[in-house]
Amino acid sequence: MGYNQDPSVPPAALSGAVSIPDALADLEPVRSVTTPLRMEYTATPGASLSKYLRAMKEKRIIGDVCPDTGMVFVPPRGVSPVSGKRTTETVDVADEGYIESFNITRIPIKGRDDLHPPYVSAWVVPDGSNTGSIALVAGDDLDLDDVRIGMRVKAVWKPDDELEESAANILHWEPTGEPDAEVPDMMRIGRPTDGGAQ
Amino acid sequence: MSDDVLRAPLVLEYPFTRTTGPVIGGFLTGLREAMMLGAKRSDGTVMCPPLEYDPLTAEPITELIEIGQAGEVTTWSWAGDPRPQQPFEQPFAWAMVKLDGADTPMLHGVLVDDADAMSTGMRVQIQWREERTGHIADIAGFVPETGDAG
Amino acid sequence: MRDVAVIASAQRQERSIDNESEVEFMVPLMQQVKESVGLTQQDIGFTCSGSSDFIAGQAFSFVMTIDGTGPVPPISESHVEMDGAWALYEAWVKLQMGEVDTALIYGYSKSSPGSLRDVLATQMDPYYVAPLWPDAFAIEALAARQMLEAGKVDHQRLAEIASRARTHAATNPHAVRRTEKSVEDIMGEAPMADPLRPSDISAAADGGCVVILAAGDRARELSDRPAWIRGIDHRTDAHTLGVRDLTQSMSARIAGEKAGVGDDKVDFAELYAPFTTSEYVLTEALGLGDDVVINPSGGALGAHTMMASGLIRIAEAAERISRGDGDRAVAHAGSGPVLQQNLVCVLEGE
Repeated sequence: MGYNQDPSVPPAALSGAVSIPDALADLEPVRSVTTPLRMEYTATPGASLSKYLRAMKEKRIIGDVCPDTGMVFVPPRGVSPVSGKRTTETVDVADEGYIESFNITRIPIKGRDDLHPPYVSAWVVPDGSNTGSIALVAGDDLDLDDVRIGMRVKAVWKPDDELEESAANILHWEPTGEPDAEVPDMMRIGRPTDGGAQ
Repeated sequence: MSDDVLRAPLVLEYPFTRTTGPVIGGFLTGLREAMMLGAKRSDGTVMCPPLEYDPLTAEPITELIEIGQAGEVTTWSWAGDPRPQQPFEQPFAWAMVKLDGADTPMLHGVLVDDADAMSTGMRVQIQWREERTGHIADIAGFVPETGDAG
Repeated sequence: MRDVAVIASAQRQERSIDNESEVEFMVPLMQQVKESVGLTQQDIGFTCSGSSDFIAGQAFSFVMTIDGTGPVPPISESHVEMDGAWALYEAWVKLQMGEVDTALIYGYSKSSPGSLRDVLATQMDPYYVAPLWPDAFAIEALAARQMLEAGKVDHQRLAEIASRARTHAATNPHAVRRTEKSVEDIMGEAPMADPLRPSDISAAADGGCVVILAAGDRARELSDRPAWIRGIDHRTDAHTLGVRDLTQSMSARIAGEKAGVGDDKVDFAELYAPFTTSEYVLTEALGLGDDVVINPSGGALGAHTMMASGLIRIAEAAERISRGDGDRAVAHAGSGPVLQQNLVCVLEGE
């Protein structure tokens, strides 16, 4: 019994061999219980992300510069993952770049009524950055079959009077029609900053 | 607090629906039917609420029996200011209550007007909610014993 | 057993660190510790951390903090959702296996964005207890009343613990509750979680702690006076409150025996006691007499950084040993409702 039992035999407590009073025996048993958790916080983004969010309000994308390698990380986290050092310098990167990878989502996600399948989630590397980040790729005449790795895209911003300290200021990225970028070797830590074959 | 810090409300929600199995599910079925169940342990004592395994011997629980709906407060703490998530609207007392027929106490609220109404050893009984679904909050709370069933 | 010692540590605790993210305030601590013994991340054999995303409400915040170690090229790493003291235990095991000679351990949290006492309700039994959302103060208060009514401890003794913790914390630059208060004044406080008074309850802080462990000659080479871990053990009680005797701690007692607390004279102890009642229970369980100085740092009553406070106890004890303020110390970490889990570590100087 207990922890010494044969592992191929389900534990008795989970196999249904539990007797209950007769008065309950013929009733539909409770099989599950809903116990939601809800916690409220006041989030503070930290120094580096605050700077990034404030730049967003001015339609600028900024990244951290690694003090050892000069690599640029977007969005900035206040630390260089390459050197493990605290970053102190930030630079502006372009609001244009290329798709490093992407997927097409064809099923809806509960609670995200703002996303209308099918839609494209992409890893977009802005020109001037050594890292990419997740972004939506869309456009009125975007053909899903045309989306590809290396495709050049640019940010579509909210109207100026709706801008706030938020990454949601970029509604999505849309194709520029430029020739494709050459996508570098993925095994490298950090991508080249010249945006490929622009 | 620094003045120049960005702040934003953040809500984390996990809409957990947990499967219960025959032991916990059996106990919750009892709650739905306004019946209290305890688990018989190999040493003959009764544990309420029932766990799937005996924490002393690791043996599986195989028998749920009906126990009483009144019992004794073994310890308590006054909650003058109910926290936002707690299913109690008025100030109440947290208490461990050992029900008649059980050997271990369970945690719930005691619905009294103030801390002066509380004492260790006092007798309390279950007050059931009218609408019950098989949830620990089917018990609205405990109230001082009157002799009338919930 | 291999000789393993704490050779360096750093900590930061403040009431609220609202202008930096967790990784932003942890990186300088990691750098400081590594530089103090002249090691780089690539010299460290194993890295292990303790944190919980629930505390600040930041999903996967712990993976971002890994960036603070500088994991390029990739490092040997692990994480526990426990106080950093359990990360230290994992690293100690790794050192015992002889796989590595050095380890970097850290624990941290930022509890100020949320309400810690309520967030901790999520660690309770998910079927019977968590849906009622008993906050952490209420749960300890249930244990406290049992201790008081059983005559094991009285309000006077609890107020003495609180007052002494404040006096000690006043000398600790990392403490956040640094105003002294007399036993009489504490006795006069109105209960906050009846029967617990405000001074019975720890002072929540944001922050973290980083520790470096080293084995044998490597420790002697990197430190003038390493704080040797002569015994370490951790135990857990059952989770269900109703099956435990909340007025004492069987798990702390066994962990203390296994770690060898009673084998020799103890100069001082750093105990993770988020409540005065926890300190009472722990001194009993570990058999610490009146001659042992308890929590010279002020303990968690002076500053309580969830997920780091246990590791900070080890760091505080080790630093005092290394400074020569004592030769033998007990460091303790705890976790869970009413100290369900307990880790005890005996540190000695040479």
